[in-house]
Amino acid sequence: MREHHLLEQLAEIVGTAHVSANIVDRITHSFDATQQQWLPDLVVHPATAEEVSRIVRLANAERIPVLPRGAGSGFTGGSLPVRGGIVVVLTRMNRILEIDTDNLIAVVEPGVVTGWLQREVERLGLFYPPDPASKDFSTLGGNIAECAGGPRCVKYGVTRDYVLGLEVVTPTGEIVHTGGRTMKNVVGYDLTRLFVGSEGTLGIVTRITLRLLPKPEARKTMLVAFASIDGAAQAVSAIIRGKIIPTTLEFMDAAAIACVRKATPLDLPLACRAVLIVEVDGDKALLAGQAARIREIIQPLGVLETRIAETDEESEAIWKVRRSVSPSLRNLNPNKFNEDIVVPRSKVPDMIRALEQLSNRHGVPIVNFGHAGDGNIHVNVMVDLSEPGMGATVQQVLHEIFRTATELGGSISGEHGIGTAKAPFIAMELDRATLDTMRTIKRALDPNNIMNPGKIFPDEAPGTAFTSAGS
Amino acid sequence: MAENTTLDDYREQIAQCVRCGACQAHCPVYLETGREGSVARGKIVLAAAVLAGEVGLEERLREEMSLCLLCGSCVVKCPNRVPTDGIVGALRRQLADRHGLSAIGKGVAALTGSKPLLRTLLKGADLLSPLLFKKIPQSSGLHLRFSPDLLRDRSLPPLPERSLFALMPEFLEGEADKPLIGIFAGCAITYLYPEVGELLVRLPHSLGFSVFFPKDQGCCGMPAFSSGNGPLIGKLADANIAAFATRKVETILTACASCHGMLAGHYAEKAGNPFAGELVDIHVFLAHEGLIDRLAALPRWPQRIRVAYHDPCHLRAAGIVKQPRDLLRALPQVDYVEMEDAGLCCGLGGTFTAAHPELSRAIADRKVAGLRASGAAIVASGCPGCILQLQDIVDRAGLPVKAVHTLELIGQALAGPSP
Repeated sequence: MREHHLLEQLAEIVGTAHVSANIVDRITHSFDATQQQWLPDLVVHPATAEEVSRIVRLANAERIPVLPRGAGSGFTGGSLPVRGGIVVVLTRMNRILEIDTDNLIAVVEPGVVTGWLQREVERLGLFYPPDPASKDFSTLGGNIAECAGGPRCVKYGVTRDYVLGLEVVTPTGEIVHTGGRTMKNVVGYDLTRLFVGSEGTLGIVTRITLRLLPKPEARKTMLVAFASIDGAAQAVSAIIRGKIIPTTLEFMDAAAIACVRKATPLDLPLACRAVLIVEVDGDKALLAGQAARIREIIQPLGVLETRIAETDEESEAIWKVRRSVSPSLRNLNPNKFNEDIVVPRSKVPDMIRALEQLSNRHGVPIVNFGHAGDGNIHVNVMVDLSEPGMGATVQQVLHEIFRTATELGGSISGEHGIGTAKAPFIAMELDRATLDTMRTIKRALDPNNIMNPGKIFPDEAPGTAFTSAGS
Repeated sequence: MAENTTLDDYREQIAQCVRCGACQAHCPVYLETGREGSVARGKIVLAAAVLAGEVGLEERLREEMSLCLLCGSCVVKCPNRVPTDGIVGALRRQLADRHGLSAIGKGVAALTGSKPLLRTLLKGADLLSPLLFKKIPQSSGLHLRFSPDLLRDRSLPPLPERSLFALMPEFLEGEADKPLIGIFAGCAITYLYPEVGELLVRLPHSLGFSVFFPKDQGCCGMPAFSSGNGPLIGKLADANIAAFATRKVETILTACASCHGMLAGHYAEKAGNPFAGELVDIHVFLAHEGLIDRLAALPRWPQRIRVAYHDPCHLRAAGIVKQPRDLLRALPQVDYVEMEDAGLCCGLGGTFTAAHPELSRAIADRKVAGLRASGAAIVASGCPGCILQLQDIVDRAGLPVKAVHTLELIGQALAGPSP
């Protein structure tokens, strides 16, 4: 039996305790945060780059798919074994190898959870800015595969802006090294940027060199209630025009506010149709002045109320409003389609208006919140899929959302990636020549198409999922 | 007899898991293993697969289900509050029904299901005495739960001569206008830490309450829940209901976080909180009765001791985090210090430590850095299980720290400085 043969060979590489073909382990590695399920054939937990390389060589020789997996918390199906194969779980490779306070560098293994690294570097007065909402459990390897973002990217950029170098096992099992330990490095192609955001289709990252910053001394949070979404959007541009780059500029639209209001008592004016949460960071002495300046700049834009946190508790109370949105969505409808489109900052009001019209036209609630500062809107289409015809309606709505986003000069994914979920829509954004260039790269590195197949490219899209009760 | 939930009762809640993975950040077992089957999300997917008939009640499933401390950390942090502890409990009962109880589960049943046996074991005898163990047949599950092999390297409190039942009367008369308070002591406080039990009885009495401490009370059922013994959970609940039924109590106090967690029904068991009265943790009760102000008004002792607090999972999961700290801060002989990772599980998890001793220790050792950095000479907690484990942790790490129950420090403060 082929599987038995593979199991034996994998056991030779990683030890019997770290490989399984048991149905229990296959089921626990069949899903991610998309709630789809696809059964892999084998699950393996390697401990070194050498082991990963041997696993990939074996898989390449046997022409069996390899699925790199970190926390399995992706939203677009990046770690789903849509064609079966070997799930390579990287959680055992979870060491922080080095924090270099002279050169402001951290060297880590891919299974390190983002939040752990942040905690460790912050002890030393340093700072790793990317902060996806999943940072307490998602891994740096996964963050790199998806090029994760987060609220702080308005000021600090996304994961790719902090990756200096990578060790990667390619789909043929070679161990390659990209970039290095220096800010400046122009030797050869910039393969680091190629691998960051490649969604595990070009190789498995086994070691990561990250750039760190000094930790800002303090931060100041403010909540601003607006009479209209236009006011809030104009405020974003006005703040940037005022030469202030806040750490975060989060917004909630009227639907999101209504949703939170239903779930918890919310101390906001009834006329409030949009909320901005603005946070600035830096030297303590400067923050109060910056907050006052922001208040002054935005005051003429239909501001109903401005609340500036004076203590950590008040700051926490403000963030709690924002964090209440996601859990409260379930009260609307059982099924959530969470998209993360991005449009140029100035187009946010146009996009929100288009979403409101879509919501009315199709009679489905659409709740929007997210990172106004960089135009990244989390669009949540809330439906009950048990209603007849709803599946088709959702597809129609999503299609129109993506079309509008690209027409406004934006993108169909800001930080979640394409995976399987958005593969059918990728051609709306990328022209044929561009997509073909990507395919050429994929074929060159992965001639047998074993590395996370069925992702990104639309003609690779999977068939029917393994189903399970509760999904 | 009280009825237990089945896996089928959780069908709807299982469907509410959106597989986001947030539980990974809070699961003490997953933090050690990094394996999807260890964490709530993986267990829920398996539960769904069992319901759908996609996986049988096989050995590998039993192994994964045994890897849960029932600490409830994942439930508290779950965006949809999916009751994974209850789901694991139901699945363990289903597995036990099919395959019989594990050796440890049989030991639990022998010990907690029979009070006379527990009393005999402790009556003037050393629980660890090899002689005593020779008298118990090799086939007894007690050998597995309390075998000398398992306990050899572990710090244990000196075993008391008399249990709490022998030390305390069943009823103490209080002021006429104050209601009657019930006391649920639990096994660990009754037999291992009766001095904590004395405070649990005497403190409300000193505040003017009449106190009822029925001697027919038994185990809360947590070990039975943990080992999947459904019939025993019901039997114990019935016995406890009967014990408290002879008097009308409005409030029942506990000083054991795990008993509180079990009886307050955090497991969404139909057998949860068997009592007519409201179940209240002693810290919450004392805070409510104004003891914090009274303690804060006492003259500060010139020689104070640095004290940190460890959150028992079953208090933290019930949202009881503030009252124990407020009480400690108010103590005149204490300089309170908040230690890092105060809320991390101690790794005991009842029978978990017997089933997975190495993993239990690895989880426990995550407490060491915070304890050491705090510089505390005493670590206080609200659960005898945690106290037992914490003392073992600091002893193994060679830290000069003593683990005590919060009540012991409160008792010390009220008694005043020794002359």
